[in-house]
Amino acid sequence: MSKKMHIQLNVNGKDEEFLAEPRELLIYTLRERLNITGPHIGCETSHCGACTVTIDGKSVKACTMFVAQAHGKAVTTIEGIGGPDDLHPLQAAFKEHHGLQCGYCTPGMITRAQKLLEENPNPTEEEIRFGMAGNICRCTGYQNIVKSIQAAATEMSAAKEAAE
Amino acid sequence: MIPAAFEYHRPTDMAGVLSILEEHGDDARVMAGGHSLIPMMKLRMAEVPHLIDLQGVGGLSDIEIRDADIRIGAMVTQADIIDHTGLADAAPILREASLQIADPQVRYMGTVGGNVANGDPGNDMPGLMQCLDAQFALIGPDGERTVPAREFYEAAYMTARADEEVLTSIIIPKSSGGYAYEKQKRKIGDYATAAAAVVLRKEGTACTEASIAMTNLSDTPVWSEAAAEALLLTEVDEVAIKAAMAAMLNDIDPSEDNRGPIAFKKHVAGVILRRAIERAWSRA
Repeated sequence: MSKKMHIQLNVNGKDEEFLAEPRELLIYTLRERLNITGPHIGCETSHCGACTVTIDGKSVKACTMFVAQAHGKAVTTIEGIGGPDDLHPLQAAFKEHHGLQCGYCTPGMITRAQKLLEENPNPTEEEIRFGMAGNICRCTGYQNIVKSIQAAATEMSAAKEAAE
Repeated sequence: MIPAAFEYHRPTDMAGVLSILEEHGDDARVMAGGHSLIPMMKLRMAEVPHLIDLQGVGGLSDIEIRDADIRIGAMVTQADIIDHTGLADAAPILREASLQIADPQVRYMGTVGGNVANGDPGNDMPGLMQCLDAQFALIGPDGERTVPAREFYEAAYMTARADEEVLTSIIIPKSSGGYAYEKQKRKIGDYATAAAAVVLRKEGTACTEASIAMTNLSDTPVWSEAAAEALLLTEVDEVAIKAAMAAMLNDIDPSEDNRGPIAFKKHVAGVILRRAIERAWSRA
């Protein structure tokens, strides 16, 4: 055991404070310490993207960050994007267009896609595939994931235009 | 995957970093984005009793386009390089290479300083920096010094950087001409089976300057003067390209691993080098 550190995080808008060993991986902090189980552990080796969260405006694989590095930062997980009663357009689109089969990769997919659409609100299919390349799905063959993201992009752009 | 325990340091200036390095010697290591070091620590292939996170140190994330050269801070990420419009004009090969590194999540975190300083033969930036004749700026207890990228790599994970030094920035001379970064990998996120960085300059119909480096085909990047020489004062025709490929194959020393046997790697090296030369020449 190494010396514990005083850690402060803001997760989905809520301030959290606790003592943790600096070597604790952020994905374990979220899932096991804070009971935020949306981000999943797929490979735990920075490849699959199931643990993707947003930190300081960047999509980050939470299996490849020590909790000590995240100290003082704001973290957004799928729980902060939308829930059963207020689905984010991406969540609604994944549901509508069957952008999942087993669903294990979906929280990471949607968290990454949300950031992608923020940076590029009207991506081409190629841009979606390139921007989602850090997220692996072993069921769908990606076709419906791409369709879902395209549908959400259209929906979100229309909503933004209507608001303006 | 639980790494060995460590003490975490987040100094707020370089003096703080250097004093921790001096105090703990071999037991301390600096970390930028952590996307090479953390996986190694998780596998317990690296044990770092004192981990120095550079995120609190200011002044390491700037990109400066100057008259004669470009200075890139060590903590500039691959995503920063891709998004920087001035850099895309001044040195488009950096963007072309960065887009071929890992995946979006890793590019947000992975830094150019970490990529060059780590000394992993699989990293893309070392070969690219040798091709571009970059200089690496290091700071240590005795002050600052620069080391040419072409003299920095000694063996896998062994570089000219001393344990108590930190790589702070990369200085790339501005150049014009055709460029290409070509990479063959098995899948997104994999290191190169072979990758080539090529810069060629054309005057009239002849190639008047050439620089060629390849990645992951030896325990260090391979900047091949002989391969470049084979193209000089030619029209980069089939004979010249074949000569450059032969010269490069003579300079690389790939080893067999899960990317394939030696003969396959040599074959891929030739294919990738040809593509890079042809693309660079088409842009020259």
